[in-house]
Amino acid sequence: MPTTNHTAAPAGTPARLGASIRQFRDQHPHWFLLLGLMLAALLLMDFTTWLVLTLSGAAMGAMLFLMASGMTLTFGLMNVLNLAHGAFISLGAFAGATTLLFWLNDQAAASSLWLNLAGVLPALLFAVLVAAAIGLMFEWLVIRPVYGDHLKQILVTVGGSIILMQLIEVVWGPNEIPVPRPEAFSGAVVVAGIALEKYRLWAVALGVLVYALMTWVIERTRIGILIRAGVEDREMVEVHGYRVRLLFLGVFIAGSALAGLGGAMWAMYQELITAHMGDELMISVVVIIILGGLGSVKGCFFGAILVGLINLYVGFLEPRLAAVATVGLMVAVLMWRPQGLIPVIRV
Amino acid sequence: MSGASGNPRAALTLSGIHANIDQYHILEGVDLVVPAGELTVLLGRNGAGKSTTLRTIMGLTTIKAGRVRFGDHDITGWPTPRIARAGIAFVPEHMGVFGQLTVRENLVLAAINGPMDEDRLAWLLDLFPPLKKFWDRPAGNLSGGQKQMLAIGRAVIEPRQLLLIDEPTKGLAPAIINDLADALEQLKAEKVSILLVEQNFNFSRRLGQSVAVMNDGRVVHTGSMAELATDDALQHRLLGLGLGAHQ
Repeated sequence: MPTTNHTAAPAGTPARLGASIRQFRDQHPHWFLLLGLMLAALLLMDFTTWLVLTLSGAAMGAMLFLMASGMTLTFGLMNVLNLAHGAFISLGAFAGATTLLFWLNDQAAASSLWLNLAGVLPALLFAVLVAAAIGLMFEWLVIRPVYGDHLKQILVTVGGSIILMQLIEVVWGPNEIPVPRPEAFSGAVVVAGIALEKYRLWAVALGVLVYALMTWVIERTRIGILIRAGVEDREMVEVHGYRVRLLFLGVFIAGSALAGLGGAMWAMYQELITAHMGDELMISVVVIIILGGLGSVKGCFFGAILVGLINLYVGFLEPRLAAVATVGLMVAVLMWRPQGLIPVIRV
Repeated sequence: MSGASGNPRAALTLSGIHANIDQYHILEGVDLVVPAGELTVLLGRNGAGKSTTLRTIMGLTTIKAGRVRFGDHDITGWPTPRIARAGIAFVPEHMGVFGQLTVRENLVLAAINGPMDEDRLAWLLDLFPPLKKFWDRPAGNLSGGQKQMLAIGRAVIEPRQLLLIDEPTKGLAPAIINDLADALEQLKAEKVSILLVEQNFNFSRRLGQSVAVMNDGRVVHTGSMAELATDDALQHRLLGLGLGAHQ
């Protein structure tokens, strides 16, 4: 028990504190790293700046989580290295933008929250559906012949990615497209004198919601049991009467749909999209799933928030280092825990 | 389509099964009848094709020639999940317990027709008390014997017509082998058809009603267990050992 008596055990208390920190570090490495990073940043800047950067970083992390969670499912659980994942991010962005620009422009341009939601929610839904539908075809045409062979997966998914992105350019043209962010999601709310951007708050809320939903499905439902079992021993899942192929097809579609959702959210965040935006985001996505631990949804969530935060913190403190911060974080985590923060796959 | 060629007393009939693993020809014309409601022991030396026979019934190896008949169905070439849903449960030699899943989740997964039946679950936990004790623990932490109980428990959490069990006693302590034998006796009393691959002759002699002996990818002897158990010369010829030498 900690003591307030300063004369008692002058050497013992710090040692005990050190021991309990070490224990916390080993049992909750994801919390340890997240809190440590936030604390370190707080010491280097004033509180208001820190709070705004933390929210921005968390929002960026939440959107990166949406994109990366799909990839951690397909790579971590099905052992499929889908380098076309970025193309699904782009697809989601363009599908969402199309909805807002052409079909529900009135709702998006209105100045009521409910009308805006009536534009944004269908846009997100359409992004999810387009990415899921293309994901279904992609699995069938591209992934199915190369299950179990990483080298072939890399070759065909890079090829598939190029085709998908060129198709986006065929449909939407090669130029950048500006995406309107509806009014209810623009601007900021002021809390205790600090301006917090609304869209970022929404992004964090959606990220946490999707994280909770995925955790619930994987931990609590029969589908989740089957997915976890299928990762461990496909043959025994089939022996119990389940068609693993269908299960994995479903996971792949869900992963693509999540990429689409993340892409659409990112489109409204950046307010400018290109066919190759997915490729640019893939670097962060790959870093996140590796440092989080392959196949771990929880690790992916914390990894994404960490990447978002370190980007914003370092970007503020030393902009020239922002580009290396993400990769530096991954290298540091892997030196500490070679299998990532929360590994689920025993290699 | 009810079997004109099938024996009504047969739960499962294999006729002239040939199967390969990679380039190796493992089964070279297996003919085998598993009588309904009985426990049949499949004996034979290592490499005789016993495990491959079970895997072939389950659709896990490709059949080159021959037919597999299960009840009224010709299940030759069916995909594994369909065979499982037709009513065959398989406990492989490595048990195939999902170590990352809890005991409960392993059983939930095995109950393919929806939520587990409470009475049957109570019966099962009574049969294998350790499963109750470690209910919410990862199955990977169980001991070998407890894993075997879970593996068999999964196979019987819902009623199945036929159980295929591959060497359940392998590596287990004698006391646990006894518990397993008691549990299998109970399943026998339920009139489940069981095909048991077993090297432990004492164990199989206690449980088996009929017996089949394999050698070099063929069934070379079928008959009643009582007959084989009392005929030392036959044992010597088929299994290459006397009972006294094999514990």
